[in-house]
Amino acid sequence: MINLVGLLLFGILAILQSTIVTRMPLLNGTADLILLFIVAWALQDRVESAWGWCLIGGLFASIYSALPFGTFVVAYLIAAGIARVLKRRVWKAPFLAMLAATFVGTIIVLLISMLGRLITGVNIPILSALNLILLPGLLLNLMLAIPVFSIMHDMAIWLYPGELGA
Amino acid sequence: MKSNTSRSTQLIIVILIAMGLVGLALGGYLTPLSRILVNPIVSAQSWLAKRYQAVQSLITQPEDVTSLRQKNAQLEAENSKLQVQVIELQQQVTEAQLLSTLVDYERKHVENQFIAATVIARDVSPFMHYVIIDRGSDDGLRKGMPVITQQGLVGNIAAVTAGAARVQLINDPGSSINVILQQTGVEAVLNGQLTGEIGLEMISQNATVQPGDLVMTSGLGGNYPDNLVIGQVVTVRSDAFALFQSASVQPAVDFSQLDIVLVITNFQPVDITPLIPVQTNP
Repeated sequence: MINLVGLLLFGILAILQSTIVTRMPLLNGTADLILLFIVAWALQDRVESAWGWCLIGGLFASIYSALPFGTFVVAYLIAAGIARVLKRRVWKAPFLAMLAATFVGTIIVLLISMLGRLITGVNIPILSALNLILLPGLLLNLMLAIPVFSIMHDMAIWLYPGELGA
Repeated sequence: MKSNTSRSTQLIIVILIAMGLVGLALGGYLTPLSRILVNPIVSAQSWLAKRYQAVQSLITQPEDVTSLRQKNAQLEAENSKLQVQVIELQQQVTEAQLLSTLVDYERKHVENQFIAATVIARDVSPFMHYVIIDRGSDDGLRKGMPVITQQGLVGNIAAVTAGAARVQLINDPGSSINVILQQTGVEAVLNGQLTGEIGLEMISQNATVQPGDLVMTSGLGGNYPDNLVIGQVVTVRSDAFALFQSASVQPAVDFSQLDIVLVITNFQPVDITPLIPVQTNP
């Protein structure tokens, strides 16, 4: 049931990401909805399906990207792992943990994407990537981080009513 | 007999009084008197009428307000529907105009066979300048087929599934095309950039390149047919100590507004990789 919800959620998110979000760039950077939802889900208490959802989100993103298949899966798994570590460290301030995880997660996803391009033989100038993609993308992700965290918190209460709602 | 006489007298007196009153009235002598009599009656009448209307409106107004609100809601709903229809029709008109220009382009270039496709998605990674179109191998599309619009070259098909295809745009950092400048015949290589811009490289130092020169595909390398419009030279950078000149190009196609594209289906790209000599270290 929970993985089915994840399948549906990330399917919709991938469609939104590829049709709408990519048409609203800031310079050349865009928000990464899939990353935000994965990180927000990984930060929820007692949620055990974070890795499964991470895999689903990564697979959907890979379908919509020409990057080597699996690049997004690896990037999202690392981002979710960091979010889990942060949750243990900053468990009293979940919003702070969300912002920190979004910050680190965005950098990781974009660096791994750059690595993916390098593997395919395309050299990306690091300074341009930093100014035009990484920083604008980071700003957009941080702006969306708190609303996404609230949505996922409500979803966690809905999917784990006995454990989180108490 | 007496009573008959008195009645006749009374009748005559009444008629005379009546005639007298009529005469006085016609003469205007009764106007002040009539005013005195009529004015209170009119005042009373109007007072009563106003109160009656007030009571009537008090009773009937809530129904009117409710019915007016219902009508207003209905009209607003109808208005919204009509607005949606107007937007849909405007979109259809725009699409029809676009298709019409594409059909015109197709008629002018009878040597090529085209399939029209709609852009349905963009690559989710900001490092990749790719789009996904709604036609695939079931429609006869193959990897490497050039994709254009009526303005010029868009890119080529990088991957195909049964119902969709992924198109690498010419402004992708991994894209490299052999081009020729129409006016001077100078050959160069067009590369995509991370910013989504395109630029010319490998222009010989002896070549004369000017802003405004038209950039077209040369056909060299076998990836694209020749004479497809790409854009115009905007600025030229020439360094005295550099081996080659470079230039930035304004693409003819607006890549942020891609909706419908044409795929050239009768062009088969040539893979020249086996012909490129492999460098071996002694």
